[in-house]
Amino acid sequence: MPVFYGTEVANPLMLGTALYPSPAIMADAFRASGAGIATVSLRREGGGGQDFHALIRGLSIPVLPNTAGCHSVREAVTTAQMARELFDTPWIKLEVIRDDDTLCPDVIALVEAARILSDDGFQVFPYCTEDLSVCGRLLDAGCQVLMPWGAPIGSGRGLNNPYGLRSLRAHFPDVPLVVDAGIGLPSHAAQAMELGYDAVLLNTAVAKAGDSVAMARAMALAIQAGQLAHAANPIEARDMAAPSTPLFGMAVLS
Amino acid sequence: MSDVTILGAGVLGLAIATELRDRGITPRIIDPNGAPGPHGCSWWAGGMLAPHCESESAEPAVVRLGADAAEWWQAHGAQVTHRGTLVLAMSRDRAELDRFARMTDAHRTVSADDIAALEPELGTRISRGLFYETEGHLNPRQALAALRDGLHIETQGQPSGLIVDARGLSARDALPDLRGVRGEMMVIRCPEVQLTRTIRLLHPRIPLYIVPRGDGIYMLGATMLETGAKSRVTARAAVELLSAAYALHSAFAEAEILELGADARPAFPDNLPRLRRRGNTLYANGLYRHGYLLAPAVARMAADHITLGTRPEFMDEDHP
Repeated sequence: MPVFYGTEVANPLMLGTALYPSPAIMADAFRASGAGIATVSLRREGGGGQDFHALIRGLSIPVLPNTAGCHSVREAVTTAQMARELFDTPWIKLEVIRDDDTLCPDVIALVEAARILSDDGFQVFPYCTEDLSVCGRLLDAGCQVLMPWGAPIGSGRGLNNPYGLRSLRAHFPDVPLVVDAGIGLPSHAAQAMELGYDAVLLNTAVAKAGDSVAMARAMALAIQAGQLAHAANPIEARDMAAPSTPLFGMAVLS
Repeated sequence: MSDVTILGAGVLGLAIATELRDRGITPRIIDPNGAPGPHGCSWWAGGMLAPHCESESAEPAVVRLGADAAEWWQAHGAQVTHRGTLVLAMSRDRAELDRFARMTDAHRTVSADDIAALEPELGTRISRGLFYETEGHLNPRQALAALRDGLHIETQGQPSGLIVDARGLSARDALPDLRGVRGEMMVIRCPEVQLTRTIRLLHPRIPLYIVPRGDGIYMLGATMLETGAKSRVTARAAVELLSAAYALHSAFAEAEILELGADARPAFPDNLPRLRRRGNTLYANGLYRHGYLLAPAVARMAADHITLGTRPEFMDEDHP
């Protein structure tokens, strides 16, 4: 199971807490999936007050607060500090958004905020692109986990750049890697795990499904399947057929 | 049971009083703030009677319990507009419309020409929508005034007889699983735009609705935030509501802003209502964003319990 900053989590599914039809359905989705980490927003979009935070704590799994909705280094740092006080954890999912329509990370500001927060004792989970040099800079800044997007947040498009994600995995074999955002279907989540990723973070695909609880379970099963498949050392794809039955030695039916 | 005191003169308290009066019981009503007004979240509601649209995120029970709401309100002095709901999305958010159609019933798909025929002001700019013909809306403040008519509201005094606690979020002192869900709204005047029915504009971040209140006045709503904070409307909420309205019709840019309102809706964890009997008190609460849609059904259940001793649906505690 994935280990983040020395803490092993019980399940590689990291599930968001926003956009559910009700808190009761959210709690059921967490139970049905066995998610290992609950992410929660501090700012207003999907975020909440004391009552909602109490419901999240009631899930009894590690909480990863995030800085969703922050557009600058300063906003993100302030939000992270609030999160540390509210949830009593050094963990922070760092999001610095460049553009509201794509929710594309501002990677320049992200690296700067990651350095400030790491120096201040935070354990930073940066929401980033799959760009190798950006990821390298984030590690230099003190991050010990990377969370590249699969596709823009909430788009449900799956892994837009499997090549880039694979090469990131190969480049940083020992860094915990999480595909964060863009997952729409269990097959997307399975694919991320098949690439050798350590975990998958998703929210909208479960919260906005017609049956959130069933979809949460489907995601957990797919993640488990992908994880098993990766560990099982899958075959390489090839262009020509390879018969699974030997051609020689077939019975001669004459 | 003839001696009943209702605590709270919001939409639910007044609806329960009305149901009791229909059965020959005149309850006392105590609310320290007096008649309905800006102090209560009923004041800020949209007043949509739209059970099918609500079912996009609400449990099936909301559709069932809300089915007779329009009829009840009309029978009790509220002016209900029966023009249906038009659900629209800008072309880039088309996927939101498909999802909404899948999650709800009792609608038909309408084309650009159909939309222009229903609401000529919108023209043929929007290529596709959903029309929920059976839905309607009312003006919450007019509806509250109609219920209040003939009822006496005390601002102080000791309750007597059976107590019906319909204080909304103020009842948190007794109902620890009740939480507030903040909503922000705005009332604007824009006589250049003449829309006749509730319009919902789907958007991945800002689901906006516009409810016409007549005389060029429109209610724009509403945000949904998981917090009980009743502080004033934020700049962000105002920008989101207005920019969505402007996207629907550019003439809204010239609207006068008459009111900005924010309050917190009382809700239980499953966002469904509850009746709880503890000794001499019957708690009725948790109407969430369905105040005007569900108040008639919940009031009927409360009145049945009081007059007939029945154990209603959504009663999760019963310790008489």
